[in-house]
Amino acid sequence: MRILVIEDDLEAQRYLVQGLKESGHVVDEAADGETGLSLALSRPYDVAIVDRMLPRKDGLGVVAEMREHGNQTPVLFLSALSEVDDRVKGLKAGGDDYLTKPYAFVELLARIDALMRRRMPAGVRTRLDVGDLELDLLTRAAKRSGTEIELQPREFRLLEYLMRHAGQVVTRTMLLESVWEYHFDPQTNVIDVHISRLRAKIDKGFEVPLLHTVRGAGYMIRAH
Amino acid sequence: MAAKASLSLLRTQAFRIVLVYVLLFAFSTAALLAFTYWNTRRTLDAQTDQIIEAEIIGLSDVWQHLGLKGLAETVRERSQQSGQGLYLLSDGLRHIIAGNLDTWPRTVATPGNFVEFDYERLVDGKPESRRARGRMFALPGDFVLLVAQDVHERYLTTRMFTTTLPWTVGLILLLGLMGGALMSRNMLRRLDSINRTSGEIIAGDLTRRVPLAGSGDEFDTLAENLNRMLDRIERLMKGLREVTDSVAHDLRTPLNRLRNRLEEMASRFIAAGRDAGEVERAIAEADKLIGTFNALLLIAETDAGTTRAGMTTLDLGSVAADVVELYEPVAEERHISLVMVPPPPISIEANRSLIAQALVNLVDNAIKYTPEGGRVTIAIAHGAAGIDMTVADSGPGIPAEDRVRAVERFVRLEASRNSPGTGLGLSLVAAVAHFHNAELLLEDNVPHGLKAVLRFPHGALRTTPVKNAAE
Repeated sequence: MRILVIEDDLEAQRYLVQGLKESGHVVDEAADGETGLSLALSRPYDVAIVDRMLPRKDGLGVVAEMREHGNQTPVLFLSALSEVDDRVKGLKAGGDDYLTKPYAFVELLARIDALMRRRMPAGVRTRLDVGDLELDLLTRAAKRSGTEIELQPREFRLLEYLMRHAGQVVTRTMLLESVWEYHFDPQTNVIDVHISRLRAKIDKGFEVPLLHTVRGAGYMIRAH
Repeated sequence: MAAKASLSLLRTQAFRIVLVYVLLFAFSTAALLAFTYWNTRRTLDAQTDQIIEAEIIGLSDVWQHLGLKGLAETVRERSQQSGQGLYLLSDGLRHIIAGNLDTWPRTVATPGNFVEFDYERLVDGKPESRRARGRMFALPGDFVLLVAQDVHERYLTTRMFTTTLPWTVGLILLLGLMGGALMSRNMLRRLDSINRTSGEIIAGDLTRRVPLAGSGDEFDTLAENLNRMLDRIERLMKGLREVTDSVAHDLRTPLNRLRNRLEEMASRFIAAGRDAGEVERAIAEADKLIGTFNALLLIAETDAGTTRAGMTTLDLGSVAADVVELYEPVAEERHISLVMVPPPPISIEANRSLIAQALVNLVDNAIKYTPEGGRVTIAIAHGAAGIDMTVADSGPGIPAEDRVRAVERFVRLEASRNSPGTGLGLSLVAAVAHFHNAELLLEDNVPHGLKAVLRFPHGALRTTPVKNAAE
């Protein structure tokens, strides 16, 4: 995947570029808004990671101009600013996701994976499958090996999100943001408890577990 | 609507001042008229009384010199003359001997003082009741003589005073009140525009300014002063935002580099097959530091209330239901029953994220400090003092003397030293309360435990928008 990194803190940029390359991505980098914008407009990228505060052209301005030119590359904002309404501003300007510095690299990686996945034409899906686990989005029914699994509405949303990102790492904050719409971390690890409940429902009594914990990162659902 | 408008008009200071002056003016006009009436009447009556007195003296002379017959003759003679004079001479049984009155007036009974009475007289062939003033005079031998003057003209003139007086006062009151209403409405309109603008500013739009009428009057001066004050506040708020932003930026950038390097180090250790445990613990410490910094920043920003973005009409019940649902598995794992009293539909103007976060902190605390088998209850109620969102637990509670301190930043009470936490949880709740003009109250739960109440002012109440059928 081709990723554009626009970041003026060269130390942070080096780390980001190196990490992404190690994860198998092709990366271009820019250290200011103007250069970043011309790169974004001249080459196709799968994702752009844009710092919020940039010299020569502010991150918000870069993304707004990209959108004006019809460029729909998914954008992840990185921001070191205080958060309260900066997130809203970022998303309004055309950003697709928002991450506050400092961040864990796995968090960033999981988010750009999710952004790239979102870009792929998925069509209107009415059914999600992972191995022998199936989720019917119309009847809101879950089955594993043909056996019906009773799910609470929120458990259904949780499983749906995990299955839509099957094979990808999903972090706790991503789950909190998309399933609960909370942009803050509760002190207690409530997500872990929800996951273990869900795991008890879908994996208990089956030989092959589908819901995996990725140490230091989050969770992943996969068939094998 | 009109009734309400006129009611608010009555409450204005301008109208009250006008009302006082109008009443004062009406009273003094009435007093002036009354005095004029009294004085005019006194003077005219004194004149009449002098004439009557003189006649009585004259007639007494006639009685003394000519006796009853002579007096009767004189009375008859005078009665014939056209003029104001009225006479009546009668014996002890009130049989009329002479005079130009047909009957003895009922109101005149005893001799002595001057009295007024009505009598009938033919005017242009028609009988007419007229007013007279006279004095009854006793003669030896039980004879009485009534000497009076027709004062009908004077009577009519003075009566005009008594009829005009209420009209005049009424008219003064009416015109005065109308003028007052007009004046206050004008004043009210000016004040309304000031109030509306300040309302919008309180609601968070710091760019608004009070419009000037351009008349240079005291209202314009007030508006100018307010605007100057607002400029200053806006500048200060902007400065504060810039400071928090640059503090955030200047601390997050090195923290970011620190975390990056630690992560890099950890992956290098792992790649080399070495134990990265120490580095991972360092990352965990860095994350704790970052967490504390983020919490502090959020508290500072929320406390300052520099932003009103994200304010919406929020159903407290649904926010609480979400939090209960998030924490229910955690509570169950610890054998604590987390219950929400079915809430009435109450919507307030609030920031969902902040309210949810405050509630999460309260519930998190409650579950943390409640022993196994305990109970945490969430309730939302519309009380007399405000709208209460309550989280009550059956834990050990907080001693009354520690409650004020418990809300302060970084304060961790002795009892909680060993449980994890930044010591910022309740401070954030207090900041969120402050942000919403609400109060955070820590009280005793019955029979034991802590009851944390977020009390929103009634003014925050909003009617829930009618939901679309499609939703």
